[in-house]
Amino acid sequence: MAATRDADAAGQSDRSPLTDTDRAGLLEYMMLMRAVEEEGLRLYKQGKVPGSFYDGRGQEAVCVGATWALHGSDPISSPLIRDLGAHLVRGTDLVELFRHYMGRSNTISRGREGNVHFGDRTKGIVGMISMLPDMMVVAVGFAMAFRMRGERRCALTFFGDGATSRGDWHEAMNWAGIDQLPVIFVFENNQTAYSTPTSRQFAVDPVDRAAGYGVHAITIDGNDVEAVFAATSAARTRAVEGGGPTLIETQTMRMHGHGAHDDAGYMEKDVLEKWAARDPINSYAERLRADRVDVDAIQARVTETVSEAVDAAMTGPMPEPSEALGDVFCQGEAEPIGEGPTRWSGFAQEVTK
Amino acid sequence: MSTERTYLHAISAGLRQEMERDDRVFLMGEDIGALGGAFKVTDGFAEEFGSDRVRDTPIAEAGIVGAAVGAAIAGLRPVCEMQFGDFVACGFDQLVNVAGKMHYRLGLAVPLTLRLPTGGGFSGGPFHSQNPEAWFMHAPGLRVVAPATVRDAQGLIVSAIRDPNPVIFLEHKNLYRRVKDDVDDGEIFPTPLTARTVRHGSDLTIIAYGAMVHTAERAVAELDADIEILDLRTLVPLDEGAILASVARTGKVLVLDEANYTCAAGAQVASLIADRGFETLDGPVRRLAAPDVPIPFSPPLEQFVLPGDDAVKEAARGLLEY
Repeated sequence: MAATRDADAAGQSDRSPLTDTDRAGLLEYMMLMRAVEEEGLRLYKQGKVPGSFYDGRGQEAVCVGATWALHGSDPISSPLIRDLGAHLVRGTDLVELFRHYMGRSNTISRGREGNVHFGDRTKGIVGMISMLPDMMVVAVGFAMAFRMRGERRCALTFFGDGATSRGDWHEAMNWAGIDQLPVIFVFENNQTAYSTPTSRQFAVDPVDRAAGYGVHAITIDGNDVEAVFAATSAARTRAVEGGGPTLIETQTMRMHGHGAHDDAGYMEKDVLEKWAARDPINSYAERLRADRVDVDAIQARVTETVSEAVDAAMTGPMPEPSEALGDVFCQGEAEPIGEGPTRWSGFAQEVTK
Repeated sequence: MSTERTYLHAISAGLRQEMERDDRVFLMGEDIGALGGAFKVTDGFAEEFGSDRVRDTPIAEAGIVGAAVGAAIAGLRPVCEMQFGDFVACGFDQLVNVAGKMHYRLGLAVPLTLRLPTGGGFSGGPFHSQNPEAWFMHAPGLRVVAPATVRDAQGLIVSAIRDPNPVIFLEHKNLYRRVKDDVDDGEIFPTPLTARTVRHGSDLTIIAYGAMVHTAERAVAELDADIEILDLRTLVPLDEGAILASVARTGKVLVLDEANYTCAAGAQVASLIADRGFETLDGPVRRLAAPDVPIPFSPPLEQFVLPGDDAVKEAARGLLEY
């Protein structure tokens, strides 16, 4: 596991670039993602969430670790349905999030979208669309704009194993390679696209394919949040310094079905059991506990925060039906993507250097 | 001071003006730099503005549209060229699902312009002659404009670039060098997204857009009747008020499309009149469009399917006598 094909690029060194605050933050946001999604599933089963519910159980380290490594001015286009943690790290309001899940009146999507199909312009996140991997191409467009304006920013996009079969994947990789653009492609290899295993998606591993596009690529353990952070941080440095795009394969496992409606009976039980033993949150919690971090306090805070958010969300009304109309076109000035919070402590140190 | 411009040079002039006035505007497309575009709309632009703002792209229409969406959200004003409008089919998903739904879903505006050289009449065959506007009229969130004149070609490209939404700009290939006009050589002002009355009349309204406006004008010149011609100029938004007002004045209407008949822009116009202008009608709403076949290559076949002057005259006479 975790066959890092390019150890240098993974940015591993003896001294961790992460402070204790960073590490506690990584754990807290992974726990928060899981707690929010467990609540979401519960609400779905109670009939309070329309449609279906999609979660990223077992994949929390990928989106949390990758987003933590970005500067707030680096847009994410886009977090996918296993990447709620990217939104949370960027500061999504939990009450509004639960209202959004339930189709109630909310500031995130105004009821026009559901599940993880949302974004927040003011936090530097473009919401995903269901056609995959369309948003990879949009990320390439961001990177092109940053290069044109000479800005030290990069764009990050997530994609799954299934998305590698579509033409937009090729167009994004090819374009990024030709212009050596500052873009990070996070390949979330969770082994299965709905019910289709990777053996039915590609004959040549996408990491090997990347070389054919002139895109630097590495493979890491996607269940190790610090490994994801380190690889993304190295890819970001490479990107903003003109070194071009990076594909990071994060090897992980989708622990639930495609959605709450899917019992995933097609998955092999022993494989899931094996991956359950490598749960990204449990293993990181143990590691931090050994370093005397008060893990229980973090968990308690997360549980309480989520519980309060659910209670508050329940008080929100359903939207006015007429909210379905309007806003198809922008009537005023086009406001560009904004900037989210910068989480990694290393950026603050960078400024004072 | 006035200057003579072709329809093609009018588009170039509008593009050049906007690139000079706003450094966020840049061009992207296949062979638009060194070659100056397959039709030479951007001839000389790469030398003038540099390859960073006049970008030759890979042959990747989804890539062009998707990258333009990213650049637009990042704060730039991309103007993309599909080498032929037909190829927009390869970028359809990015346009319809990513760009068109973005503002409604996320409140994120996508100010991009997509230029589509469209239309037949020169043996381009099934992949270089289409009029794909109806595809996009049916997809929420996309503006669709279709200039017929030199003045509107330059004015509408300016309007499109300054619009905060994705705009599909249909430029008819058959008008590129055939249509010329004297225009003021000073600042080009944006054309409002409304219809234009080409000529006033009281016996019959002919509604058209793009190249069919010229077909209508030629036909009317040979008819002894007082015919009004309405040039739609924009299909989204559709100037419903102008359509209904014109029909109310004349009581009779002929709607023209060069596109395939079924669900064409003209079908929407006819439906609007039937729905909201019925009581002002003195005759049936008539339509002329290409039959529902791909546009064939051989000249006699192509001329047979494209609505021409004679077909318009015949349809108009039928309505006048009704």
